[in-house]
Amino acid sequence: MGNASSTLTQYDIEEVQRHCNNLFSQQEIVSLYQRFCQLDRNAKGFISADEFLSVPEFAMNPLSQRLLKMVDGLNFKDFVAFLSAFSAKASLAQKVEVIFKVYDSDCNGKVTFNDMIQVLQDLAGSFMSDQQREEVLGQVLHEAGYTKESVLLLDDFIKVFDHANLKMEVEVPVD
Amino acid sequence: MSKLKSSSSELDLDRPNIEDYLPSGSIQEPHGKLCLRDLLDISPTLTEAAGAIVDDSFTRCFKSIPPEPWNWNIYLFPLWCMGVLVRYLVLFPLRVIVLTVGWIIFLSCYIPVHFLLKGHDKLRKKLERCLVELICSFFVASWTGVVKYHGPRPSIRPKQVFVANHTSMIDFIILEQMTAFAVIMQKHPGWVGLLQSTILESVGSIWFNRSEAKDREIVARRLREHIEGADNNPLLIFPEGTCVNNHYTVMFKKGAFELGCTVCPVAIKYNKVFVDAFWNSRKQSFTMHLLQLMTSWAVVCDVWYLEPQNLKPGETPIEFAERVRDIISVRAGLKKVPWDGYLKYSRPSPKHRERKQQGFAESVLRRLEEI
Repeated sequence: MGNASSTLTQYDIEEVQRHCNNLFSQQEIVSLYQRFCQLDRNAKGFISADEFLSVPEFAMNPLSQRLLKMVDGLNFKDFVAFLSAFSAKASLAQKVEVIFKVYDSDCNGKVTFNDMIQVLQDLAGSFMSDQQREEVLGQVLHEAGYTKESVLLLDDFIKVFDHANLKMEVEVPVD
Repeated sequence: MSKLKSSSSELDLDRPNIEDYLPSGSIQEPHGKLCLRDLLDISPTLTEAAGAIVDDSFTRCFKSIPPEPWNWNIYLFPLWCMGVLVRYLVLFPLRVIVLTVGWIIFLSCYIPVHFLLKGHDKLRKKLERCLVELICSFFVASWTGVVKYHGPRPSIRPKQVFVANHTSMIDFIILEQMTAFAVIMQKHPGWVGLLQSTILESVGSIWFNRSEAKDREIVARRLREHIEGADNNPLLIFPEGTCVNNHYTVMFKKGAFELGCTVCPVAIKYNKVFVDAFWNSRKQSFTMHLLQLMTSWAVVCDVWYLEPQNLKPGETPIEFAERVRDIISVRAGLKKVPWDGYLKYSRPSPKHRERKQQGFAESVLRRLEEI
Protein backbone atom coordinates (compact mmCIF):
# COMPACT_ATOMS: atom_id res chain seq x y z
CA MET A 1 0.00 0.00 0.00
CA GLY A 2 1.79 3.06 -1.20
CA ASN A 3 1.91 6.53 0.23
CA ALA A 4 -0.97 8.20 -1.59
CA SER A 5 0.55 11.63 -2.00
CA SER A 6 3.43 10.15 -3.95
CA THR A 7 1.01 9.28 -6.74
CA LEU A 8 -0.51 12.75 -6.63
CA THR A 9 1.94 15.43 -7.71
CA GLN A 10 1.88 19.05 -6.61
CA TYR A 11 0.61 19.97 -10.09
CA ASP A 12 -2.27 17.53 -9.75
CA ILE A 13 -3.22 18.90 -6.35
CA GLU A 14 -3.20 22.46 -7.63
CA GLU A 15 -5.27 21.54 -10.66
CA VAL A 16 -7.88 19.84 -8.49
CA GLN A 17 -7.84 22.81 -6.16
CA ARG A 18 -8.53 25.19 -9.05
CA HIS A 19 -11.31 22.93 -10.29
CA CYS A 20 -13.07 23.13 -6.94
CA ASN A 21 -12.55 26.87 -6.67
CA ASN A 22 -10.10 26.60 -3.78
CA LEU A 23 -12.78 25.36 -1.42
CA PHE A 24 -10.52 22.64 -0.08
CA SER A 25 -7.03 23.02 1.26
CA GLN A 26 -4.24 21.00 -0.30
CA GLN A 27 -4.09 18.72 2.72
CA GLU A 28 -7.81 18.05 2.45
CA ILE A 29 -7.39 17.16 -1.21
CA VAL A 30 -4.66 14.66 -0.30
CA SER A 31 -6.96 13.11 2.32
CA LEU A 32 -9.81 12.97 -0.18
CA TYR A 33 -7.49 11.25 -2.63
CA GLN A 34 -6.64 8.60 -0.05
CA ARG A 35 -10.35 8.12 0.56
CA PHE A 36 -11.03 7.98 -3.19
CA CYS A 37 -8.39 5.28 -3.64
CA GLN A 38 -9.77 3.38 -0.69
CA LEU A 39 -13.28 3.32 -2.18
CA ASP A 40 -12.09 2.69 -5.74
CA ARG A 41 -11.04 -0.88 -5.10
CA ASN A 42 -9.50 -1.81 -8.43
CA ALA A 43 -7.92 1.55 -9.25
CA LYS A 44 -10.21 2.22 -12.21
CA GLY A 45 -10.02 5.98 -11.74
CA PHE A 46 -13.64 6.29 -10.65
CA ILE A 47 -15.86 4.86 -7.93
CA SER A 48 -18.71 2.66 -9.12
CA ALA A 49 -22.19 2.75 -7.61
CA ASP A 50 -21.60 -0.61 -5.98
CA GLU A 51 -18.50 0.67 -4.22
CA PHE A 52 -20.40 3.67 -2.87
CA LEU A 53 -23.10 1.35 -1.61
CA SER A 54 -20.52 -0.74 0.21
CA VAL A 55 -20.36 2.09 2.75
CA PRO A 56 -23.25 1.10 5.03
CA GLU A 57 -23.87 4.66 6.28
CA PHE A 58 -24.31 5.81 2.69
CA ALA A 59 -26.48 2.85 1.66
CA MET A 60 -28.83 3.55 4.56
CA ASN A 61 -29.36 7.17 3.55
CA PRO A 62 -32.82 7.85 2.06
CA LEU A 63 -31.34 10.00 -0.71
CA SER A 64 -28.61 7.54 -1.63
CA GLN A 65 -30.08 6.63 -5.02
CA ARG A 66 -30.39 10.26 -6.08
CA LEU A 67 -26.88 11.05 -4.95
CA LEU A 68 -25.57 7.96 -6.69
CA LYS A 69 -26.77 9.35 -10.01
CA MET A 70 -24.70 12.45 -9.32
CA VAL A 71 -21.51 10.78 -8.11
CA ASP A 72 -21.44 7.50 -9.98
CA GLY A 73 -18.45 7.27 -12.27
CA LEU A 74 -16.93 10.61 -11.36
CA ASN A 75 -13.18 10.94 -11.68
CA PHE A 76 -11.25 12.37 -8.77
CA LYS A 77 -11.41 15.99 -9.94
CA ASP A 78 -15.18 15.94 -10.32
CA PHE A 79 -15.52 13.98 -7.08
CA VAL A 80 -13.77 16.79 -5.22
CA ALA A 81 -15.80 19.39 -7.09
CA PHE A 82 -19.00 17.68 -5.99
CA LEU A 83 -17.90 17.53 -2.37
CA SER A 84 -16.70 21.13 -2.42
CA ALA A 85 -20.24 22.34 -1.79
CA PHE A 86 -19.95 20.67 1.60
CA SER A 87 -16.81 22.52 2.53
CA ALA A 88 -17.00 25.06 5.33
CA LYS A 89 -15.88 27.74 2.88
CA ALA A 90 -18.64 27.10 0.37
CA SER A 91 -21.14 29.89 -0.13
CA LEU A 92 -24.87 29.59 0.47
CA ALA A 93 -25.48 29.78 -3.26
CA GLN A 94 -23.21 26.79 -3.89
CA LYS A 95 -24.98 24.73 -1.25
CA VAL A 96 -28.39 25.65 -2.64
CA GLU A 97 -27.18 24.66 -6.09
CA VAL A 98 -26.42 21.14 -4.88
CA ILE A 99 -29.84 20.90 -3.28
CA PHE A 100 -31.39 22.11 -6.52
CA LYS A 101 -29.49 19.50 -8.52
CA VAL A 102 -30.72 16.74 -6.23
CA TYR A 103 -34.30 17.80 -6.93
CA ASP A 104 -33.72 18.35 -10.63
CA SER A 105 -33.17 14.69 -11.44
CA ASP A 106 -33.59 15.14 -15.19
CA CYS A 107 -31.09 18.01 -15.21
CA ASN A 108 -33.22 20.38 -17.26
CA GLY A 109 -32.80 23.29 -14.88
CA LYS A 110 -36.42 23.10 -13.73
CA VAL A 111 -37.95 21.60 -10.63
CA THR A 112 -41.61 20.69 -10.95
CA PHE A 113 -44.21 19.72 -8.38
CA ASN A 114 -43.61 16.11 -9.36
CA ASP A 115 -39.87 16.37 -8.72
CA MET A 116 -40.54 17.69 -5.25
CA ILE A 117 -43.10 14.98 -4.53
CA GLN A 118 -40.56 12.35 -5.52
CA VAL A 119 -37.90 13.69 -3.16
CA LEU A 120 -40.49 13.84 -0.41
CA GLN A 121 -41.28 10.22 -1.19
CA ASP A 122 -37.62 9.26 -0.79
CA LEU A 123 -37.43 11.09 2.52
CA ALA A 124 -40.69 9.89 4.07
CA GLY A 125 -40.93 6.45 2.51
CA SER A 126 -44.13 4.57 3.16
CA PHE A 127 -44.87 6.63 6.26
CA MET A 128 -46.72 9.30 4.34
CA SER A 129 -49.49 8.53 1.88
CA ASP A 130 -49.54 10.04 -1.61
CA GLN A 131 -52.42 12.20 -0.56
CA GLN A 132 -50.63 13.52 2.51
CA ARG A 133 -47.56 14.35 0.47
CA GLU A 134 -49.52 16.28 -2.13
CA GLU A 135 -51.46 18.07 0.55
CA VAL A 136 -48.41 19.16 2.52
CA LEU A 137 -46.45 20.24 -0.52
CA GLY A 138 -49.41 22.00 -2.08
CA GLN A 139 -50.02 23.89 1.12
CA VAL A 140 -46.49 25.16 1.67
CA LEU A 141 -46.14 26.05 -2.02
CA HIS A 142 -49.31 28.05 -1.87
CA GLU A 143 -48.13 29.94 1.19
CA ALA A 144 -44.87 30.76 -0.55
CA GLY A 145 -46.73 32.16 -3.51
CA TYR A 146 -46.39 29.24 -5.90
CA THR A 147 -48.92 26.80 -7.29
CA LYS A 148 -48.88 23.11 -8.11
CA GLU A 149 -48.20 24.00 -11.74
CA SER A 150 -45.26 26.24 -10.86
CA VAL A 151 -41.87 25.37 -12.17
CA LEU A 152 -39.03 26.39 -9.88
CA LEU A 153 -35.66 27.48 -11.18
CA LEU A 154 -32.36 27.79 -9.32
CA ASP A 155 -33.12 31.46 -8.63
CA ASP A 156 -36.38 30.49 -6.95
CA PHE A 157 -34.51 28.07 -4.72
CA ILE A 158 -31.98 30.76 -3.84
CA LYS A 159 -34.85 33.07 -2.95
CA VAL A 160 -36.45 30.41 -0.74
CA PHE A 161 -33.19 29.81 1.08
CA ASP A 162 -32.33 33.46 1.34
CA HIS A 163 -30.59 34.17 4.63
CA ALA A 164 -31.04 30.58 5.74
CA ASN A 165 -28.57 29.15 8.14
CA LEU A 166 -27.80 26.04 6.10
CA LYS A 167 -25.68 23.63 8.07
CA MET A 168 -24.26 21.58 5.28
CA GLU A 169 -20.64 20.96 6.17
CA VAL A 170 -18.52 17.88 6.12
CA GLU A 171 -15.19 17.66 7.80
CA VAL A 172 -12.41 16.02 5.84
CA PRO A 173 -10.21 14.09 8.28
CA VAL A 174 -6.65 15.24 7.85
CA ASP A 175 -4.09 13.00 9.51
CA MET B 1 -23.49 -3.67 -11.43
CA SER B 2 -23.39 -6.84 -9.34
CA LYS B 3 -26.14 -7.03 -6.78
CA LEU B 4 -25.34 -8.04 -3.23
CA LYS B 5 -28.33 -9.39 -1.39
CA SER B 6 -29.77 -7.43 1.48
CA SER B 7 -28.79 -9.14 4.72
CA SER B 8 -31.34 -11.75 5.75
CA SER B 9 -33.81 -10.91 8.44
CA GLU B 10 -32.04 -13.27 10.81
CA LEU B 11 -29.00 -11.04 10.83
CA ASP B 12 -31.20 -8.09 11.80
CA LEU B 13 -31.92 -9.68 15.13
CA ASP B 14 -28.23 -9.77 15.89
CA ARG B 15 -27.65 -6.15 16.37
CA PRO B 16 -28.73 -3.61 18.95
CA ASN B 17 -30.10 -0.28 17.90
CA ILE B 18 -27.63 1.37 15.52
CA GLU B 19 -29.40 4.69 15.89
CA ASP B 20 -28.09 4.86 19.45
CA TYR B 21 -24.57 5.05 18.10
CA LEU B 22 -24.86 6.97 14.86
CA PRO B 23 -24.62 10.75 14.91
CA SER B 24 -28.21 11.86 15.02
CA GLY B 25 -27.43 15.52 15.54
CA SER B 26 -28.94 16.19 12.15
CA ILE B 27 -32.37 15.29 13.44
CA GLN B 28 -32.97 18.63 15.13
CA GLU B 29 -36.54 18.97 16.26
CA PRO B 30 -37.84 21.92 14.28
CA HIS B 31 -41.03 23.49 15.39
CA GLY B 32 -43.35 26.17 14.34
CA LYS B 33 -45.25 26.60 11.17
CA LEU B 34 -44.14 24.43 8.28
CA CYS B 35 -42.94 26.50 5.35
CA LEU B 36 -41.56 25.74 1.88
CA ARG B 37 -37.99 26.11 3.04
CA ASP B 38 -38.43 23.43 5.70
CA LEU B 39 -39.73 20.99 3.18
CA LEU B 40 -37.10 21.74 0.55
CA ASP B 41 -34.26 21.73 3.04
CA ILE B 42 -32.70 18.32 2.56
CA SER B 43 -29.35 19.52 3.90
CA PRO B 44 -29.25 17.29 7.02
CA THR B 45 -29.77 14.13 4.96
CA LEU B 46 -27.37 15.32 2.27
CA THR B 47 -24.74 16.14 4.86
CA GLU B 48 -25.02 12.68 6.36
CA ALA B 49 -24.56 11.11 2.94
CA ALA B 50 -21.62 13.33 2.05
CA GLY B 51 -20.11 12.64 5.46
CA ALA B 52 -20.37 8.92 4.80
CA ILE B 53 -18.65 9.37 1.43
CA VAL B 54 -15.79 11.29 2.99
CA ASP B 55 -15.24 9.03 5.99
CA ASP B 56 -17.19 6.32 7.69
CA SER B 57 -16.61 4.22 10.74
CA PHE B 58 -17.28 0.92 8.98
CA THR B 59 -14.58 1.17 6.30
CA ARG B 60 -12.15 2.38 8.95
CA CYS B 61 -12.38 -1.02 10.66
CA PHE B 62 -10.94 -2.80 7.66
CA LYS B 63 -8.30 -0.33 6.62
CA SER B 64 -4.75 -1.55 6.98
CA ILE B 65 -3.05 1.53 8.33
CA PRO B 66 0.47 1.47 6.89
CA PRO B 67 3.27 2.42 9.25
CA GLU B 68 5.15 5.68 8.71
CA PRO B 69 7.95 5.04 6.24
CA TRP B 70 11.15 5.70 8.10
CA ASN B 71 13.65 4.68 5.45
CA TRP B 72 13.58 7.87 3.42
CA ASN B 73 16.83 9.20 4.74
CA ILE B 74 20.33 8.58 3.28
CA TYR B 75 21.48 7.22 6.63
CA LEU B 76 18.41 5.15 7.38
CA PHE B 77 17.95 3.71 3.92
CA PRO B 78 21.06 1.47 3.92
CA LEU B 79 20.06 0.31 7.40
CA TRP B 80 16.65 -0.59 6.11
CA CYS B 81 18.19 -2.41 3.14
CA MET B 82 20.34 -4.45 5.48
CA GLY B 83 17.25 -5.22 7.49
CA VAL B 84 15.48 -6.44 4.37
CA LEU B 85 18.41 -8.67 3.50
CA VAL B 86 18.50 -10.12 7.01
CA ARG B 87 14.76 -10.69 7.04
CA TYR B 88 14.51 -12.30 3.62
CA LEU B 89 17.83 -14.12 3.34
CA VAL B 90 18.55 -15.12 6.93
CA LEU B 91 15.39 -15.14 9.01
CA PHE B 92 13.03 -16.39 6.34
CA PRO B 93 15.01 -19.53 5.39
CA LEU B 94 15.58 -20.30 9.08
CA ARG B 95 11.87 -19.99 9.73
CA VAL B 96 10.97 -22.16 6.79
CA ILE B 97 13.33 -24.81 8.16
CA VAL B 98 11.77 -24.55 11.62
CA LEU B 99 8.30 -24.90 10.16
CA THR B 100 9.28 -27.84 7.96
CA VAL B 101 10.90 -29.64 10.89
CA GLY B 102 7.79 -28.97 12.92
CA TRP B 103 5.53 -30.43 10.24
CA ILE B 104 7.70 -33.51 9.88
CA ILE B 105 7.62 -34.19 13.61
CA PHE B 106 3.92 -33.45 13.76
CA LEU B 107 2.91 -35.64 10.84
CA SER B 108 5.14 -38.51 11.88
CA CYS B 109 3.46 -38.55 15.28
CA TYR B 110 -0.05 -37.57 14.28
CA ILE B 111 -0.67 -40.06 11.49
CA PRO B 112 0.28 -43.13 13.55
CA VAL B 113 -1.65 -41.86 16.58
CA HIS B 114 -4.72 -41.10 14.47
CA PHE B 115 -4.88 -44.45 12.76
CA LEU B 116 -3.34 -46.89 15.22
CA LEU B 117 -5.15 -45.69 18.31
CA LYS B 118 -8.59 -45.76 16.68
CA GLY B 119 -9.96 -47.91 19.46
CA HIS B 120 -8.49 -46.01 22.38
CA ASP B 121 -10.37 -42.75 21.97
CA LYS B 122 -9.45 -41.10 25.24
CA LEU B 123 -5.74 -41.61 24.80
CA ARG B 124 -5.92 -40.68 21.14
CA LYS B 125 -7.71 -37.45 21.88
CA LYS B 126 -5.21 -36.52 24.53
CA LEU B 127 -2.25 -37.16 22.25
CA GLU B 128 -3.87 -35.34 19.33
CA ARG B 129 -4.50 -32.35 21.56
CA CYS B 130 -0.82 -32.21 22.51
CA LEU B 131 0.24 -32.60 18.92
CA VAL B 132 -2.01 -29.79 17.70
CA GLU B 133 -0.62 -27.54 20.41
CA LEU B 134 2.83 -28.56 19.24
CA ILE B 135 2.34 -27.70 15.59
CA CYS B 136 0.83 -24.36 16.56
CA SER B 137 3.89 -23.62 18.65
CA PHE B 138 6.01 -24.35 15.61
CA PHE B 139 3.90 -21.95 13.56
CA VAL B 140 4.28 -19.26 16.17
CA ALA B 141 8.02 -19.88 16.28
CA SER B 142 8.16 -19.55 12.51
CA TRP B 143 7.06 -15.94 12.82
CA THR B 144 9.22 -15.36 15.85
CA GLY B 145 6.05 -14.93 17.80
CA VAL B 146 6.44 -13.28 21.17
CA VAL B 147 3.17 -13.84 22.94
CA LYS B 148 2.53 -12.67 26.47
CA TYR B 149 -0.35 -14.52 28.07
CA HIS B 150 -2.08 -12.84 30.97
CA GLY B 151 -4.65 -14.40 33.23
CA PRO B 152 -5.57 -17.95 34.19
CA ARG B 153 -5.17 -20.61 31.52
CA PRO B 154 -8.40 -22.02 30.08
CA SER B 155 -9.55 -25.27 31.64
CA ILE B 156 -11.48 -28.08 30.00
CA ARG B 157 -14.97 -27.91 31.44
CA PRO B 158 -18.37 -28.35 29.91
CA LYS B 159 -20.82 -25.46 29.59
CA GLN B 160 -18.32 -22.82 28.67
CA VAL B 161 -17.25 -21.04 25.49
CA PHE B 162 -14.39 -18.70 24.80
CA VAL B 163 -14.86 -15.58 22.73
CA ALA B 164 -12.12 -13.38 21.30
CA ASN B 165 -11.71 -10.42 19.00
CA HIS B 166 -10.56 -11.34 15.51
CA THR B 167 -7.72 -9.84 13.52
CA SER B 168 -6.43 -12.69 11.43
CA MET B 169 -6.59 -16.45 11.29
CA ILE B 170 -3.35 -16.48 13.24
CA ASP B 171 -5.39 -15.47 16.31
CA PHE B 172 -6.55 -19.04 16.39
CA ILE B 173 -3.01 -20.43 16.11
CA ILE B 174 -1.75 -18.17 18.87
CA LEU B 175 -4.49 -19.26 21.22
CA GLU B 176 -4.26 -22.87 20.14
CA GLN B 177 -0.62 -23.25 21.10
CA MET B 178 -1.58 -22.73 24.73
CA THR B 179 -4.82 -24.73 24.76
CA ALA B 180 -6.26 -27.07 22.17
CA PHE B 181 -9.52 -25.29 21.46
CA ALA B 182 -12.24 -26.54 19.22
CA VAL B 183 -13.07 -23.79 16.82
CA ILE B 184 -15.95 -22.64 14.69
CA MET B 185 -14.73 -21.30 11.39
CA GLN B 186 -15.68 -20.51 7.83
CA LYS B 187 -14.60 -23.34 5.55
CA HIS B 188 -11.77 -22.10 3.34
CA PRO B 189 -10.58 -23.42 0.01
CA GLY B 190 -7.09 -24.63 -0.75
CA TRP B 191 -4.54 -25.97 1.67
CA VAL B 192 -6.19 -24.25 4.60
CA GLY B 193 -9.37 -26.19 3.87
CA LEU B 194 -7.39 -29.39 3.81
CA LEU B 195 -5.91 -28.66 7.22
CA GLN B 196 -9.37 -27.78 8.48
CA SER B 197 -10.92 -31.04 7.36
CA THR B 198 -8.16 -33.21 8.69
CA ILE B 199 -6.39 -31.87 11.72
CA LEU B 200 -8.93 -29.42 13.04
CA GLU B 201 -11.66 -32.04 12.77
CA SER B 202 -9.82 -34.03 15.38
CA VAL B 203 -10.03 -31.25 17.95
CA GLY B 204 -13.73 -31.10 17.31
CA SER B 205 -14.29 -28.11 15.06
CA ILE B 206 -17.51 -26.85 13.54
CA TRP B 207 -17.79 -25.38 10.05
CA PHE B 208 -20.21 -22.80 8.80
CA ASN B 209 -20.95 -21.15 5.52
CA ARG B 210 -21.59 -17.43 5.63
CA SER B 211 -23.64 -17.34 2.48
CA GLU B 212 -26.22 -19.86 3.62
CA ALA B 213 -29.02 -18.45 5.69
CA LYS B 214 -30.36 -21.84 6.88
CA ASP B 215 -26.86 -22.71 8.04
CA ARG B 216 -27.34 -20.72 11.24
CA GLU B 217 -29.84 -23.13 12.75
CA ILE B 218 -27.67 -26.13 12.02
CA VAL B 219 -24.62 -24.42 13.45
CA ALA B 220 -26.51 -23.28 16.55
CA ARG B 221 -27.57 -26.85 17.19
CA ARG B 222 -24.05 -28.19 16.78
CA LEU B 223 -22.73 -25.53 19.13
CA ARG B 224 -25.18 -26.61 21.78
CA GLU B 225 -24.27 -30.24 21.34
CA HIS B 226 -20.60 -29.46 21.63
CA ILE B 227 -20.71 -27.57 24.88
CA GLU B 228 -22.81 -30.26 26.52
CA GLY B 229 -20.07 -32.85 26.06
CA ALA B 230 -17.74 -33.03 29.04
CA ASP B 231 -14.99 -34.51 26.95
CA ASN B 232 -14.99 -32.00 24.15
CA ASN B 233 -12.29 -29.43 23.82
CA PRO B 234 -13.28 -25.93 24.96
CA LEU B 235 -14.95 -24.06 22.13
CA LEU B 236 -13.43 -20.88 20.76
CA ILE B 237 -15.70 -18.48 18.91
CA PHE B 238 -14.89 -15.22 17.14
CA PRO B 239 -18.23 -13.45 17.42
CA GLU B 240 -17.24 -10.58 15.12
CA GLY B 241 -17.55 -13.04 12.26
CA THR B 242 -14.80 -11.38 10.23
CA CYS B 243 -11.26 -10.06 10.56
CA VAL B 244 -11.01 -6.49 11.83
CA ASN B 245 -7.89 -4.35 11.85
CA ASN B 246 -7.11 -4.57 15.60
CA HIS B 247 -8.02 -0.92 16.22
CA TYR B 248 -11.77 -1.43 16.36
CA THR B 249 -14.31 -4.07 17.25
CA VAL B 250 -17.43 -4.61 15.21
CA MET B 251 -20.62 -5.94 16.68
CA PHE B 252 -20.63 -9.37 18.20
CA LYS B 253 -23.09 -11.88 16.84
CA LYS B 254 -25.37 -13.11 19.55
CA GLY B 255 -25.01 -16.81 18.64
CA ALA B 256 -22.33 -17.47 21.22
CA PHE B 257 -24.25 -15.64 23.93
CA GLU B 258 -27.54 -17.46 23.83
CA LEU B 259 -26.21 -20.94 24.50
CA GLY B 260 -26.96 -20.70 28.18
CA CYS B 261 -23.38 -21.22 29.28
CA THR B 262 -20.48 -19.25 30.72
CA VAL B 263 -18.67 -16.99 28.30
CA CYS B 264 -14.95 -16.46 28.88
CA PRO B 265 -13.68 -13.38 27.03
CA VAL B 266 -10.21 -13.37 25.54
CA ALA B 267 -8.65 -10.13 24.31
CA ILE B 268 -5.83 -10.10 21.75
CA LYS B 269 -3.79 -7.04 20.87
CA TYR B 270 -0.93 -7.06 18.39
CA ASN B 271 1.99 -4.72 18.62
CA LYS B 272 2.12 -2.98 15.27
CA VAL B 273 5.72 -1.82 15.65
CA PHE B 274 6.87 -5.27 14.61
CA VAL B 275 4.27 -6.23 12.05
CA ASP B 276 0.68 -5.40 11.21
CA ALA B 277 -1.02 -8.72 11.82
CA PHE B 278 -4.34 -7.66 10.30
CA TRP B 279 -5.33 -10.08 7.57
CA ASN B 280 -7.13 -8.02 4.96
CA SER B 281 -8.79 -10.96 3.25
CA ARG B 282 -9.92 -8.73 0.42
CA LYS B 283 -6.37 -7.76 -0.41
CA GLN B 284 -4.31 -10.87 0.41
CA SER B 285 -4.65 -14.60 0.38
CA PHE B 286 -3.81 -16.37 3.62
CA THR B 287 -0.62 -17.76 2.08
CA MET B 288 0.59 -14.26 1.22
CA HIS B 289 -0.34 -13.14 4.70
CA LEU B 290 1.72 -15.92 6.27
CA LEU B 291 4.65 -15.13 4.01
CA GLN B 292 4.41 -11.51 5.04
CA LEU B 293 4.56 -12.54 8.67
CA MET B 294 7.49 -14.84 8.06
CA THR B 295 9.49 -12.07 6.45
CA SER B 296 8.88 -9.57 9.23
CA TRP B 297 10.90 -9.16 12.35
CA ALA B 298 8.46 -10.63 14.81
CA VAL B 299 4.82 -11.01 15.74
CA VAL B 300 4.40 -9.51 19.17
CA CYS B 301 1.10 -9.65 20.92
CA ASP B 302 -0.66 -9.74 24.25
CA VAL B 303 -3.37 -12.21 25.11
CA TRP B 304 -5.57 -11.60 28.11
CA TYR B 305 -7.81 -14.33 29.47
CA LEU B 306 -10.52 -12.34 31.20
CA GLU B 307 -13.02 -13.16 33.91
CA PRO B 308 -15.77 -15.55 32.80
CA GLN B 309 -19.15 -13.90 32.38
CA ASN B 310 -22.67 -15.19 32.71
CA LEU B 311 -25.96 -13.87 31.45
CA LYS B 312 -27.28 -11.51 34.10
CA PRO B 313 -30.93 -11.84 35.10
CA GLY B 314 -33.05 -9.68 32.83
CA GLU B 315 -30.29 -9.30 30.25
CA THR B 316 -30.94 -10.21 26.63
CA PRO B 317 -28.29 -12.13 24.66
CA ILE B 318 -27.63 -9.02 22.58
CA GLU B 319 -26.98 -6.93 25.69
CA PHE B 320 -24.78 -9.71 27.02
CA ALA B 321 -22.82 -9.73 23.76
CA GLU B 322 -22.34 -5.96 23.94
CA ARG B 323 -21.23 -6.18 27.55
CA VAL B 324 -18.60 -8.79 26.73
CA ARG B 325 -17.51 -6.77 23.69
CA ASP B 326 -17.05 -3.81 25.99
CA ILE B 327 -14.89 -5.86 28.36
CA ILE B 328 -12.69 -7.09 25.51
CA SER B 329 -12.45 -3.68 23.82
CA VAL B 330 -11.42 -1.93 27.01
CA ARG B 331 -8.79 -4.52 27.81
CA ALA B 332 -7.25 -4.51 24.34
CA GLY B 333 -7.62 -0.77 23.78
CA LEU B 334 -9.98 -1.09 20.81
CA LYS B 335 -12.74 1.30 19.78
CA LYS B 336 -16.23 -0.01 19.35
CA VAL B 337 -18.27 0.59 16.22
CA PRO B 338 -21.94 -0.31 15.82
CA TRP B 339 -21.62 -2.17 12.57
CA ASP B 340 -22.24 -5.81 11.76
CA GLY B 341 -19.07 -7.31 10.30
CA TYR B 342 -21.12 -9.10 7.67
CA LEU B 343 -21.87 -5.74 6.03
CA LYS B 344 -18.57 -6.42 4.31
CA TYR B 345 -20.45 -8.96 2.23
CA SER B 346 -23.99 -7.64 2.06
CA ARG B 347 -26.02 -4.44 2.12
CA PRO B 348 -27.60 -3.02 5.27
CA SER B 349 -31.20 -4.00 5.76
CA PRO B 350 -33.87 -1.51 4.61
CA LYS B 351 -35.04 -1.28 8.23
CA HIS B 352 -32.53 1.48 9.01
CA ARG B 353 -33.57 3.64 6.12
CA GLU B 354 -37.19 3.08 7.06
CA ARG B 355 -36.53 4.30 10.57
CA LYS B 356 -35.10 7.56 9.23
CA GLN B 357 -38.04 7.93 6.87
CA GLN B 358 -40.48 7.36 9.68
CA GLY B 359 -38.79 10.03 11.79
CA PHE B 360 -38.98 12.53 8.98
CA ALA B 361 -42.60 11.76 8.08
CA GLU B 362 -43.77 12.02 11.67
CA SER B 363 -42.01 15.33 12.15
CA VAL B 364 -43.57 16.84 9.02
CA LEU B 365 -47.06 15.59 9.82
CA ARG B 366 -46.80 16.82 13.37
CA ARG B 367 -45.82 20.30 12.25
CA LEU B 368 -48.65 20.30 9.75
CA GLU B 369 -51.07 19.94 12.59
CA GLU B 370 -49.52 22.85 14.41
CA ILE B 371 -50.62 25.24 11.69
